[in-house]
Parts: sequence; structure tokens; C-alpha cells
Amino acid sequence: MAIVGSGPAGLAAALEATNAGAKVLLIDENANVGGQLLKQTHKFFGSSKRYAGIRGIDIGNKMLQELDKNHVEISLTSIVFQIFGKELLILKNEKIQRVKTKKIIYSCGASEKVINFPGWTLPGVMGAGGAQTLVNVHRVSPGNRILMIGSGNVGLVVSYQLIQAGADVVAVIEALPKIGGYGVHASKICRAGVPILTSHKIKEAYGNGKVEAATIVALDKKWQPILNTERTLKVDVICLAVGLKPKIELPLMSGCKTVHSPTLGGRVPIHDENMETTEKGIYVAGDIAGVEEVDTAIEEGRLAGIASAEKLGYISEDKAKDLKIEVRKILGDLRSGPFGEHRERAKKQLIQIGKSSRQRLL
Amino acid sequence: MSKSLAKTGIPSIEELEKSPGFPSKERMMNRPVAVIECIQKIPCDPCQLVCPFGAIKVNILIALPELNEEICTGCGSCIAYCPGLAIFVVDYTFSEDNVLISFPYEYLPLPEVGSIVDATDRMCKVITKGKIVKVLERKSFDHTAVISIAVPKNFIYEVRGITISKGEGCI
Amino acid sequence: MRIVKHPILGPLELKKNINIIVDDKIIKAYEGEPIASALIAAGITTFHKTKKRGDPRGYFCGIGLCTDCMMIVDGIRNVRTCITPVRGGMRIETQKDG
Repeated sequence: MAIVGSGPAGLAAALEATNAGAKVLLIDENANVGGQLLKQTHKFFGSSKRYAGIRGIDIGNKMLQELDKNHVEISLTSIVFQIFGKELLILKNEKIQRVKTKKIIYSCGASEKVINFPGWTLPGVMGAGGAQTLVNVHRVSPGNRILMIGSGNVGLVVSYQLIQAGADVVAVIEALPKIGGYGVHASKICRAGVPILTSHKIKEAYGNGKVEAATIVALDKKWQPILNTERTLKVDVICLAVGLKPKIELPLMSGCKTVHSPTLGGRVPIHDENMETTEKGIYVAGDIAGVEEVDTAIEEGRLAGIASAEKLGYISEDKAKDLKIEVRKILGDLRSGPFGEHRERAKKQLIQIGKSSRQRLL
Repeated sequence: MSKSLAKTGIPSIEELEKSPGFPSKERMMNRPVAVIECIQKIPCDPCQLVCPFGAIKVNILIALPELNEEICTGCGSCIAYCPGLAIFVVDYTFSEDNVLISFPYEYLPLPEVGSIVDATDRMCKVITKGKIVKVLERKSFDHTAVISIAVPKNFIYEVRGITISKGEGCI
Repeated sequence: MRIVKHPILGPLELKKNINIIVDDKIIKAYEGEPIASALIAAGITTFHKTKKRGDPRGYFCGIGLCTDCMMIVDGIRNVRTCITPVRGGMRIETQKDG
């Protein structure tokens, strides 16, 4: 089978499939395996039975070490650019390779959303993920004084990481009347002196050829700017942490049906309880199947790996059933509570559509 | 400014006192004890595993951590383990005038033991001066240092950090 | 600015120093890093200018998706500098016409 995307979901899928003895080709367009894990310097939440308390960068290494014990073929700097059924066309080192496979798992992740405002194209305005890559992977600071737009976990955690890198996060602004991410992430940056301003938006960014300042304004209950609340902040970087959307180009190319789910980040491929899409033999796992967390990506990857290995005959129906029950229980736990319940509902609806599409096809 | 975790990121004392991880006032003024400032239901439970005395219970993955203040010795094993950096230890019996407050710290530079520094509250407002008594770094802490600062006793509920020097990490 | 010391990542590993030429100026870089990171470390923020209005564009997504970071590299246009590693003696130019 081919697994496209070697982030947490892809690595977890590869582990389960190779544990069962399946032949796996793990493909990634980057020069390194690990996807988002390579940038996550903070300790993860979740279950202590899984990876809680371990830094994201170390989880990636741990998974790779486990994978090394099995036999897996890894193809890096490889771009999957065309799919014919289960045949992939891959561009690597300026050469085209054709790979025939029986199952495909798409674990390509998500990309950052943007918001537009006057001055948003100025150098210095960047995605929060882009800033995180610069700081944690390349060890370069994007600037000195940073305005973070968005108070979801990405905005809060990247703000923390920018402070650790020596930058001054001048404020986090959030259009909603409450903070989007976990309270403990917010408290951490408040203790570092970062004000989190809810019901605020950015009015304009300006500067001579690059960001030099930003004007922010408070919003009323109808999302309208409140007169006389404008404030200008001297900043040289503005990070956008306004959400992620699944990178569904390859599933679309494969003909997978999608549905729009605002909770899950946008258009997501329909999948059933085994992570199989509307195209038989093609699976999705991780953020590509709906934007959630690293720990849910890992469990979805496991599910896709187990289900596809089962279909290939590497795992018996009974053993697969037990494994899937275990994984689905963990997923249920991870999607519980006030932060997870919307995603749990959205995923349930998605899986319902997936199940009924399968029945219609039959 | 109204303090509430969901609106500002700063939990109010009222919100904290209601949570099962926050010890009673009587216990806090007794011997060293952990103060768990984790008041939102999120899937997370490593604090339960790390306590050598079993004083922290997380019944199901999203349950709030419950502190058994009788069993807790204030050893501080949990401080560096909490991924949310939400656990502190207070020792009211440290000296006649001062309480020793221990907190997790993941910035550079680390303060020097013996130095007098600005002690800050949950908003990073400087509210008093304190003496750095201990700076603990251990391999098992995985790059989370634990700093202990002595401040006047009346700040036991408020001091949760020190000022951070910005720009120290860059060239 | 380079992050020389970091509380989690530790001290910056000393990699081989190389020189690249950006708009005829010599800029120091570390072997293997993306062009964009060397430029930002050197304080360069404009990577190309738009065709119609000549507006500056710089680093945005960092993962090769948005094309805001594109520059002319060794004579080749539209190179995504955020995912292209530097090489000693590489010639990089601000793409001034879109």
C-alpha cells in the first residue's frame, strides 16, 4: 500500500500496517519524515497510555524508531502529482516514477487559512504555522514584535514558542468573545505578559515595504467595530492563526466524494468508520479527514492502517475487530469534553454519510 | 478587568477555588502542597501517573484532576510533567515571613540562585520582589526547569512566575 | 536573527557557513537551510514584486504552498525559496515583474 504524507497519521498507519506484515511505501514531498511533529516543541496532552507529556518533536522520533524495526520503504522529496485508480505518478529528483499499489492512505494534512485586511500582503504578514517552521525548524526569528491573530491552540502555542525564541508577542487578538484554544495554553502566555484581547479584529497593517504597525479595533456583539476603540501597535510581524483546512487535492483527484464541514475545517473527504472513502481501497487519516489534533491523527492513522491491512489479508477479521474497538475507544475519549464534542458530532455525521454511500454503491 | 479563564486566559480565584485540584486555604498554610490550576475539561492525564504518592486522580481522560491534599506532600514531581504547565507547589512553612512558590519555567536565561527578581502574577504584573531559592533542571523534566521563589506570605495566591527577559535567545 | 540559544532545542548546531549572492550582495547562510530562512536571518523581507503595481511580497506559508516567497535562483524564475535549500555560490535575485 502507499501512504501519502508521513506526518503523525501517516506514521501511525505505516506502523500498524507493517506490524501486520503489509508492504508499505511511505511517501512525503518534504526532505524529512514527521510532518507537523517536526515543529511541535511543546509537550502534548492526551492519554499517558499513548504520547501525553512527550514533546511533539520526540513523538516523531519515537514513531520512526518503532517503524525502523519493521520493513518500510520511505520515499522523500517525492511529489504525488497524478493518480490513475491505484497507480500513483511520483515526481522525485526530476524523474517520474509509476507506483502500482492495492491500497492508498492519504494523510496529507491541512493548510493554513487566511483572512484579508488592508495591508495583508505586506512582507511580515505570515501564517502562524509559517512562523513556527522558521523558528522551530530553521532557528530563525521572523521579527521582534509580533501580533498574533487568532486565539485557537495554534495561535496560543505559536505565541508561546515565539516568546521562547526571544520575540515579543505584543498581543493575541480574537474576533470571538472568548478564547478559542485551551485555557492552560492561554494562561501560560498571560503569565509571560501577552494580553489576549477577545472581541477584537485587525483593521489595517501598514509600513513602508513591510509591516511596521497594525491598527486593531474592538468589536460589538454584532461584529461591528466600536467607535474610538482603535489602537495602533508597533509590530514587525503579524501572524495569522485563523484556522486550517484539509489538503484534499489528492482525494479529489481520486474521485473521492467530499462534504462541507465548518467544524472540521472545510471540505472533507467522506469516510466510513474504517477511514475508507467513497472510493474503494482509498483511505484518509489525520487532518486531511478533518482538522483536529495530533493525537486523533495518530489514532485515525492506526485505524486506516489496520483496516487496509485487514482488507489485504494481513490481519484476521477477529483481530482487526478488537484492534479497531480499542482505537475507536481512544478516539471517543479524545473527542470528549467541551473542546471535542463538536468534532465528535461532526465525525459521527461524516461516518454516517460514508456508511450510507457505501450501501448505495452496493 | 474581569478575570475569567475563557475570556482573558487568566483564571479568577473563584474559578480556581471551585476546582478539585486546588487545595483548601487551611491546607495551603500547613505544609508544602501542590496547587493544580487546571479547570477546563480537556483530554489529558499525565499528572495522575507521575505522582509518586497517588495524590492526583484523573478518573476519565477528560475529568479535571483531583488533588488529595492529605496524601500530597508537595514534593513537586508533578510540576514539570504537566503539559499545560498548570501545576505549582506552595510551601507556606518556608520561613517566618516568606512562602516558597515553585513553578515550571521554559525560557532562557534561567535566573541565578540567590538573585532578587521581580515576581509576577498570572497577568505577568510585577507585584513584589522575591529571592530565587532553587532552580531545578533534571533530565526527566525534559527541558522544563522548576524554579522556587521566596516571596512575602501574603502573595501565596498570586505569585506564579517571574519577568522574562525578551531577546535573550537570539544572536 | 538566528536563534542561537533555545530552552527546548538547545544551542544552535554549527553547520557549514557558505556564501550566497542576493541581488549582487554577499549574504552568509548555513549549508542546507532554505533560501528564505537565510534571507530572513539577514533582514531581507521582500522576495519579489508584483507585476502590475510592484508591491512587495515576502515569506508567508513556509511550506511551498502560497508562492509568495518566489525568487529568481541561478537564472530560474519562480523558485519557491521557502523549500529550496541554499548552495554555496547560489545567485538569488528579487523577481521584479510578478
